[in-house]
Amino acid sequence: MTMQIADSVSLSSPEAKARAHAAAARNNLRTEPKAVRIAIITLAILFLTVFVVLPLVLVFAEAFSKGVIAYLSAIADPEALSAIKLTLVVAAISVSLNLVFGLVASWAIAKFEFTGKTFLISLIDLPFSVSPVISGLVFVLLFSAQGYFGGWLRDHDIQILFAVPGIALATTFVTFPFVARALIPLMQEQGTQEEEAAISLGASGLQTFFRVTLPNIKWGVLYGVLLCNARAMGEFGAVSVVSGHIRGETNTMPLLVEILYNEYQFVAAFAIASLLAMLALITLIAKTILENHLDEGHDVNDH
Amino acid sequence: MSVIAARRRTLPGFGLTMGLTLTWLSVIILIPLAGLFLKSLELSPEQFWNILSSRRTLNALRVSFGLAFAAACVNLVMGSIIVWALVRYRFPGRRLFDAIVDVPFALPTAVAGVALTALFAEKGWLGAPLAALGIKVAFTPVGIFVAMIFIGIPFVVRTVQPVLQDIDVEIEEAAGSLGASRWQTIIRVILPSLAPALLTGLALAFARAVGEYGSVIFIAGNLPNVSEIAPLLIVIRLSEFRYADATAIAVIMLVVSFVIIFAVNRLQRWAQNRIPVQ
Amino acid sequence: MTIEVKNLVKKFGSFAALDGVDLKVNDGELLALLGPSGSGKTTLLRIIAGLDWPDSGEVAFNGEDALAQGARERHVGFVFQHYALFRHMSVFENVAFGLRVQPRAVRKDEATIRARVKELLDLVQLDWLADRYPSQLSGGQRQRIALARALAIEPRILLLDEPFGALDAKVRKELRRWLRSLHHEINVTSIFVTHDQEEALEVANRVVVMDKGKIEQIGSPDDVYETPATAFVHGFIGESIELPVQVEGGVIKLGDRPLRLAADGLVPGASKLFVRRHDMLVGPPGSGAFEGAVQHVRNFGPVQRAEIALSGGETIEIDAPRDRELHAGDTIGLEPRRYRIFAGV
Repeated sequence: MTMQIADSVSLSSPEAKARAHAAAARNNLRTEPKAVRIAIITLAILFLTVFVVLPLVLVFAEAFSKGVIAYLSAIADPEALSAIKLTLVVAAISVSLNLVFGLVASWAIAKFEFTGKTFLISLIDLPFSVSPVISGLVFVLLFSAQGYFGGWLRDHDIQILFAVPGIALATTFVTFPFVARALIPLMQEQGTQEEEAAISLGASGLQTFFRVTLPNIKWGVLYGVLLCNARAMGEFGAVSVVSGHIRGETNTMPLLVEILYNEYQFVAAFAIASLLAMLALITLIAKTILENHLDEGHDVNDH
Repeated sequence: MSVIAARRRTLPGFGLTMGLTLTWLSVIILIPLAGLFLKSLELSPEQFWNILSSRRTLNALRVSFGLAFAAACVNLVMGSIIVWALVRYRFPGRRLFDAIVDVPFALPTAVAGVALTALFAEKGWLGAPLAALGIKVAFTPVGIFVAMIFIGIPFVVRTVQPVLQDIDVEIEEAAGSLGASRWQTIIRVILPSLAPALLTGLALAFARAVGEYGSVIFIAGNLPNVSEIAPLLIVIRLSEFRYADATAIAVIMLVVSFVIIFAVNRLQRWAQNRIPVQ
Repeated sequence: MTIEVKNLVKKFGSFAALDGVDLKVNDGELLALLGPSGSGKTTLLRIIAGLDWPDSGEVAFNGEDALAQGARERHVGFVFQHYALFRHMSVFENVAFGLRVQPRAVRKDEATIRARVKELLDLVQLDWLADRYPSQLSGGQRQRIALARALAIEPRILLLDEPFGALDAKVRKELRRWLRSLHHEINVTSIFVTHDQEEALEVANRVVVMDKGKIEQIGSPDDVYETPATAFVHGFIGESIELPVQVEGGVIKLGDRPLRLAADGLVPGASKLFVRRHDMLVGPPGSGAFEGAVQHVRNFGPVQRAEIALSGGETIEIDAPRDRELHAGDTIGLEPRRYRIFAGV
């Protein structure tokens, strides 16, 4: 109530009017007419709704179209369970490999100066620009019966293609850059001063890394692992080429979605798809939270 | 003197971490990719040419590159509009829509594929009204186009967004105070600063769409010469054990995407040199 | 602990950050490395600490080759310009870090470490901040914590890179005095880098003036101010009037005008004459070495600063006491109480 009174009083004063006028003129310099603004916002929302929101909603609607029981039984199907298990195993392997690699590579790249650094970073980025199908193809060319190592593998009775190692390899290839790319800019921005201080205080290399560097990049590590994991669990093209689609053995969740869909088992296909969509949504939420943490963690020594 | 040379670096572990990095990079990325190029060298130039110039291959490449470019252009325009709305305006649900932009990054491609197909199928939520208008999307090249638009959305938005956020409002006020209309300010002041980011976003969306497989094959129809994309043709050739054909197509696609990435890198370096860091 | 640096050279690409530097630092001394940015002073400090490595040359601590050791083994306390405090550790843990990372064989027990950290925090008068994090401290507090952390390892040498560079003027002055008295108390051989001449002259026992990777002069604060060894030092320290002059046949000329100044022992050719602003004595026209017209006068407390157009073409600024009021338009004579002439440009 008091607010309203105060408002009307201030509006009636001539200076306030002048001020409001000036503010309006100022806004005209910086923004568009209201009709244009509304048109742009509407267009943006409409586009995102049609192309992103509707498909997402549809996944869950289709999954539950025959009720919760049908949904749950689709997920409890042994084939589905084995696909979920394989997906988790493959993601665990490739995420941990890429986590170690990411930490090692970003230490070498961010904490030292050397020639060819940009080139090395673009090599690490390569998998981002390779079609998933080609990412699978390269391993087929290496390990298939006619491939470069095919004969040797057969002689030693080692199965890579159409088995877990091949799927893990292709997934590792596809998710290779995620952790390193999350850490390199972060560690470059943080510089080497804290590490130099630790060394000059007598810390060893490992002590410096675990006590000084790692605590500073922990949110970045989580961020990289999160994105790496999302891609590892969801990868389709590369895995599809190397897996051989052996039911109950080499089918990951995305591959099972394809098979069920092609067999017109829509509820089952969308039930599995809904799990993956859930993973995507959780990843996005966690990502937003982590980004806030990363923004907060800006250099305190830089004042 | 040798003591000095051996201890050039202050922090420890450069040799070890660099060695591990190069080894792992070679094992996972470089050797497999080199294997692909090596395999393609087994083909004579004539064989290579015959594979690529076959009608089915040419059409597949045409479908992939042509539709990817068209989709990237749509992403450029719509991405600009979305970025502008997200950065410059305040509206209910803004943060939600900002987060939604990343869904195509995070959603597994197979899920996107089946969802888009069901959405645009003749009896789907959007397919039915479109069919009533006589427009068929699913199982036609239009479906491929739609899927490629979907996966390209985040690229333009996420490359342009930080640049637009960094543009100082004072610059626009300066332009306004010098007598420029709002439209002139946008065309002459803002757009040139965004141009490198826009081009980068376009190139990234294009590169992604060209190689895209999972979200496209469900909705594509996969009719040879009409709605068959190049990555699918690679998979088909592999299943027929025609490795040479698969390799040749893959090499061409790889070369094109490397050229794009190289161009993007140059573009970004150019943009960085042009606009000094403030 | 003495430090001896011999013929140190360090290049970054084609840029020579250090171009043959020789320096001896005495035990217990508080030495300032003074110079403009890019003069190589920070590079020299980092090489002594083992954070950078020279292309050639020697560094010895008490006669022992220091370049044979890495930063970790040198036992040098280094205070970074931006402090480099560990942002995820409390103040207490920051100071304790150097004690906690010692090899197990020599590491002290927890109680000893706690007592030692407490002692150091008392020394820098910040014991009440032990549980805070670096982001919660002011610049001056961070500075002192960084110093306490460096002292925790009982360093043989203490090195400070622009210790007051990031602080505002008032805190700077307080900390200067405090650093001097602290050095007196702990008496560790210390070197600090600064680009602020006032800081160097006020705090240090000896000042090393550097420019372009070379040492221009080493001396006490009085030496470098009163008897600058080179044109650079004269121009860099204190406010100087700089005049291009010509030495010819026993005469010093400003433009075409001979100056009434002795030219004994000077090398003929183009030279530079330096006079401190307050060393120009004002007299009646016709007296003194120079003559000029007063253009403009402003008063600064006890002095008046006058802009004077010399007959000879140059315009200079002098600081004169206010016992004789100057006015624009006056013609006056000027006599340098002290001056120095350096050959070359």
